[in-house]
Amino acid sequence: MDLWFSEFHTPDVKLSIKVEEQLYSGKSEFQRIDVFSSKEFGRFLSIDGYMMLTEKDEFIYHEMITHAAAAVHPNPARVLVIGGGDGGVVRELCRYNAVKHIDLVEIDELVVDVCKKYLPFTACSLDDPRVHIFYEDGVKFIRRYENKYDVIIVDSTDPFGPGEGLFTKEFYGSCFKALKEDGIMVNQHESPFYEQDATAMQRAHKRIVESFPISRVYQAHIPTYPSGHWLFGFASKKYHPVIDYDGAKWKALGIKTRYYNSHIHVGAFALPNYVESLLEEVE
Amino acid sequence: MNYTQENAPIYEALLRMKKMRIVPFDVPGHKRGRGNKELTEFLGESCMEVDVNSMKPLDNLCHPVSVIKDAEELAAEAFGAANAFFMVGGTTSSVQAMIMYACKSGDKIILPRNVHRSAINSLILSDAVPVYVNPDTNETLGIPLGMSVAEVQKAIEENPDAKAVLVNNPTYYGICSDLRRITEIAHAHGMLVLVDEAHGTHFYFGDDFPPTAMECGADLASVSMHKSGGSLTQSSFLLMGSSINADYMRQVINLTQTTSASYLFLSSLDLSRKRLALQGKEIFHETVKMAEYARYEINEIGGYYAFSKELINKDSVFDFDRSKLSVHTLSVGLAGIEVYDLLRDEYDIQIEFGDIGNILAYISVGDRKRDIERLISALAEIKRVYGKSSTGMLSQEYINPVVAETPRKAFYSKKKSLPLEETAGYICSEFVMCYPPGIPILAPGELITEDIIRYIKYAKEKGCQMTGTEDIRIERLNVLLQ
Repeated sequence: MDLWFSEFHTPDVKLSIKVEEQLYSGKSEFQRIDVFSSKEFGRFLSIDGYMMLTEKDEFIYHEMITHAAAAVHPNPARVLVIGGGDGGVVRELCRYNAVKHIDLVEIDELVVDVCKKYLPFTACSLDDPRVHIFYEDGVKFIRRYENKYDVIIVDSTDPFGPGEGLFTKEFYGSCFKALKEDGIMVNQHESPFYEQDATAMQRAHKRIVESFPISRVYQAHIPTYPSGHWLFGFASKKYHPVIDYDGAKWKALGIKTRYYNSHIHVGAFALPNYVESLLEEVE
Repeated sequence: MNYTQENAPIYEALLRMKKMRIVPFDVPGHKRGRGNKELTEFLGESCMEVDVNSMKPLDNLCHPVSVIKDAEELAAEAFGAANAFFMVGGTTSSVQAMIMYACKSGDKIILPRNVHRSAINSLILSDAVPVYVNPDTNETLGIPLGMSVAEVQKAIEENPDAKAVLVNNPTYYGICSDLRRITEIAHAHGMLVLVDEAHGTHFYFGDDFPPTAMECGADLASVSMHKSGGSLTQSSFLLMGSSINADYMRQVINLTQTTSASYLFLSSLDLSRKRLALQGKEIFHETVKMAEYARYEINEIGGYYAFSKELINKDSVFDFDRSKLSVHTLSVGLAGIEVYDLLRDEYDIQIEFGDIGNILAYISVGDRKRDIERLISALAEIKRVYGKSSTGMLSQEYINPVVAETPRKAFYSKKKSLPLEETAGYICSEFVMCYPPGIPILAPGELITEDIIRYIKYAKEKGCQMTGTEDIRIERLNVLLQ
């Protein structure tokens, strides 16, 4: 059998993965959800045909979006995760003893159900007693809170579907308000490489810069995302992601990671010149 | 007619025409888009293919005898009117046709002053004489309300020779007058009732909306199908009661209407009528639900006041259109127009309009829940980031106009241009208004006062988009030589 999953990264570029078996296909009120298995990438989840995560490379994304903030904040006790119904971010957060309370706000309950059933490698900590799940629009959830969280992680889909609201100034502003005075927000920040992604990346950066006094961007290599070159945003009220980072202290926590380490943390904030200029254009 | 509301005769005729693969040696010259590639790429081939001229199988809007006539009959049935015309010059053309039908040169027409400019424009065209009824105003919100029955009665008794009463129902803000009672009184005095129902298309199809012009027995109504009805911008319906001579009305319309009506507009009216006739109830149920949700959440933010049915006083606010989302902003220390600008410039959200004290967000079935959440969050953020004390905020005021000349005479008289500051005491020969909403602060023939000059300056300073004057910067006004 010659069955392939293909995703267009631009109208003229696509990535295809040979599929062994389709494990799940369903439609929620918000989107279409599919789970496949493959030889090369193991199980993978797609939403509306866009690759969300694969068993093989999800660790890079989830470690990088989580540890950068959790390692810089001196006491990340109360954490909010917006999106991230697959549980990957929650899994990484649960490795910190300092994290006492996690609110997970996922708009689509079906994503959580499907991930619990088919993707236990990311969903494994969703039943941790520290985790509280809310099935709600993140834009609405965050509006109500003020001075409540130490860290907010915005694990959104692309800004062309239900995740669009999570790339707006009103949302980033609401996050600022919901964070404590030394709070940190990290967000999935799209890619600088292809034009459409780069435009979304610039728009997001512009909106974050307008809302936070400290706003830096860092990168990671994620093979199954368009171009493989992916960015994250580190927005903060008080702590600088590199100056206020204590690598030795993080090492002492003894958290075992496969991608993230204290050198990567510092190095990830060093960006290629073309990315720096894209960011400067909107600062 | 063998059609039902499931049909759309103009649309169906266009489909048939496409199948016949007719070779065009008529206008338009783009020939189904082939002659203008860039435009075709932009608008899409399927759009260009039906941008065609009148031809026998497609009927002719100026003199409809087949598919357009059938489509108009279906529209009349859907709206509960005796007759209906498809209009392609916007609701503006429809309002003009109503007034030019009712009034000849020198005839009086009773109307509220807070009408859309299109109504006063028609007074220039027809040389009708306006008798203004002061709309009641809500002091707190600073918005003009509907016409009170007593005020209309008084105007009718003082002007028994008037030919018609024009009612704006609902207003932009969603305020309704007691249309049924006003119609009874006007009819008892032999006057026609014309309704500018531009913002009330949905009343004809949804549940639990205020009564429609046709239900209330009005003679003529203009409904902006392109507003809440879903058709293309610039398309509209003119509805007629049984007292109206539709054939004479067609002649009136043909005085100013294009002879090359766009089939894009006509088919959009046809399909949108079908959609509303078949699904209108559910569509507007959803719309109201979204508006009510947004109203609740916006009021929860504090400071803002998203108003609704509680304004009803059974007279100048006889009823309220709950599909409207009007929000009073002065208590967060920002003029409506400032919130309007911030929403677009900072939050990428375009709303319908902002005036001195309020904003209006247009809610329709095309809205998504998540976009409503964005609007609410953006308003909350605007309050947090830009909100200030509300002292010194000027509330919108209704300035009672002094009509010194008829609009037509003022428009065509000898005039001179003066700096705005020096115009007090003169008679204005042009319009001054914020657009939107397009309700004139000054209309041709009205006396300019210090109050009006102050108001214009304040509106300009707050960033209202001012229009109507010959001087594009609104630093000078044309006044009558006297």
